[in-house]
Amino acid sequence: MSLLDALLSSASAIRAHALRSILTMLGIVIGVAAVIAMVAVGNGARERVNAQIQALGANLIIIIPGNVTQTGARLGTGNAATLTDADAAALGSEIPVIQAAAPIVRGGVQVVAGAANWATTAIGVDLAYFIAREWPVETGREFTEEESRRGGQVAIIGQTVARELFGGENPLGAQLRVKNVPFEIIGVMAKKGQSMGGTDQDDVILLPLQTARQRVIGTSRAKNRSVNQIVVKVREGEDLSAAEEEMKRLLRQRHRLADGRDDDFSLRNLAEIQATREESARTMAMLLLSVAGVSLVVGGIGIMNIMLVSVTERTKEIGLRMAVGARPIDVMGQFLIEATLIALIGGVIGIAIGIGIAIVSANTAGWPLVIDPGVALAAFIFSGLVGVVSGFYPAFRAARLDPVEALRAA
Amino acid sequence: MDGALPVATPLIEVRDLERIYQMGEERVVALAGVSTRIEPGSFVAVMGPSGSGKSTFMNLIGCLDKPTKGSYRLKGREVAVLTASELAMTRNREIGFVFQQFNLLQRVDALGNVELPMMYAGVPARKRRENAVLALERVGLADRMGHLPLQLSGGQQQRVAIARALVNSPACLLADEPTGALDSRTSLDIMALFQALNREGMSVIIVTHEADVAAFASRVIRFRDGRIVSDVEQQPKDARRALEEWAEAA
Repeated sequence: MSLLDALLSSASAIRAHALRSILTMLGIVIGVAAVIAMVAVGNGARERVNAQIQALGANLIIIIPGNVTQTGARLGTGNAATLTDADAAALGSEIPVIQAAAPIVRGGVQVVAGAANWATTAIGVDLAYFIAREWPVETGREFTEEESRRGGQVAIIGQTVARELFGGENPLGAQLRVKNVPFEIIGVMAKKGQSMGGTDQDDVILLPLQTARQRVIGTSRAKNRSVNQIVVKVREGEDLSAAEEEMKRLLRQRHRLADGRDDDFSLRNLAEIQATREESARTMAMLLLSVAGVSLVVGGIGIMNIMLVSVTERTKEIGLRMAVGARPIDVMGQFLIEATLIALIGGVIGIAIGIGIAIVSANTAGWPLVIDPGVALAAFIFSGLVGVVSGFYPAFRAARLDPVEALRAA
Repeated sequence: MDGALPVATPLIEVRDLERIYQMGEERVVALAGVSTRIEPGSFVAVMGPSGSGKSTFMNLIGCLDKPTKGSYRLKGREVAVLTASELAMTRNREIGFVFQQFNLLQRVDALGNVELPMMYAGVPARKRRENAVLALERVGLADRMGHLPLQLSGGQQQRVAIARALVNSPACLLADEPTGALDSRTSLDIMALFQALNREGMSVIIVTHEADVAAFASRVIRFRDGRIVSDVEQQPKDARRALEEWAEAA
């Protein structure tokens, strides 16, 4: 019997029991749909994370004071007073691959403008900050050299602060009071949106570093010129880890740390954060994949079960086919093709449903739709394989039937 | 062999054919050494009560089963030694089966049913269709080709089955109680068809327990207890004339 004839004959057998065939396919449908949707959702989410990191600047390294010791005790990471303006300046001037090293102090403040007030974060920055964060001023201007160095009483506000304090009005030139210190608003930053951690990056005011440290955030930092963090931007195309090594060496030297002593600062780069996220995404994907795998196995068992029923029901038909000349291998092929066809149809339906789920979830979550044709092809082939494997035993039983017995069957 | 004159190769030649079933501890001797010859172009009725071995005999000469012992030559070729696959191909080419319950595929129309043996013979689709049409025309169903079995009467279904049996031009038709599920008028129709096919040269072997049916054959072989107890040539009744008489009586 030719393959085409066998396919047509199997298709007609499947059609003859349409409902049963569809129910049989269900396990495969669910399994394949889960795989397709899961991979698409995972890829879309990763794509978005990557885009966020790209927006933040992938070649960004953040240095914070303090460190985790080898015993695991955290020594007030972020609060220790080991990083200074001078460290930042040294990094910027002594390591050529560093494009900008921006010292930052920050603190929570209550800001007042006229009758309105708002709790926000004040960030004291110098001019390097605007380069390092690739975050432009939308309206108004940046600090001047003079303002930055001498500690001018000027402020640049984020979009959220502008909205909360001034509504629709133009805040440029307006007065702002922080801890009774008056500031003139000279600029509004471009919108930055949420950070990966979910905090509103537009809910900030930027002040000149010296002013912020001496008059707004606190006195202890003013004494030793310490900073909360240094944001370092490495030049495009340079090796991040090599730059990190150089920075570590320089800072250890400046802090006079003997060999064998722990760093009194830590470096974080966004690529590491990204790697962590991808790792957890991968774990999730593996979990879902195993669920999908179980579903496919259960689907295969379902197909085997129905094919066994089908062989029993159609014993007389098998006998007749044998009488008119079907060889054992023809009978075997017929049932194998039928099982495989059921599984493949289930696979195609599953792929369609999976893509549907991916489209819906990409639209609702607002990430890009990424459908990998390789995964769809793999799912298709795998479902065919499930059909072959689960059809094999029923087909073997059918082929082994004795024609005399089979013809005698009811 | 024995210096005898050369004769035409017999259609079927069995010698000391035995078929023993092992049912647990018990040995059931279904055929206890049967020898006979059937010439091409014969019309043979195989008779006997149930358990006489006639069905076992039919299964063996139909290549559906293999003998425990003995030799079976079909058109001079020993088939007792063939594998399951070779037996299937032999059935496909040399034997046209007709069953009591017709055994048509219910979801396939008359043409499709008749095409089935040609599918297993590897005949191309266009040729299959042509041959199936010719076979259905031959059995008088030119106007029923697209009908499903359920849309056909019992007699028509049996005609489809006969067309299916004929379509690969087999060496003989092997009919197992072909009129068992039909009324007497339709039975006469079917027997007339068998006689017509036989007159055209087709060998026909009918297994039956009805003397009325055996009367249309030119040779009757009777089985009892796994052996042939009688084997007689006879003047066959003409089914077409019987049909006319039946019509007159009605």
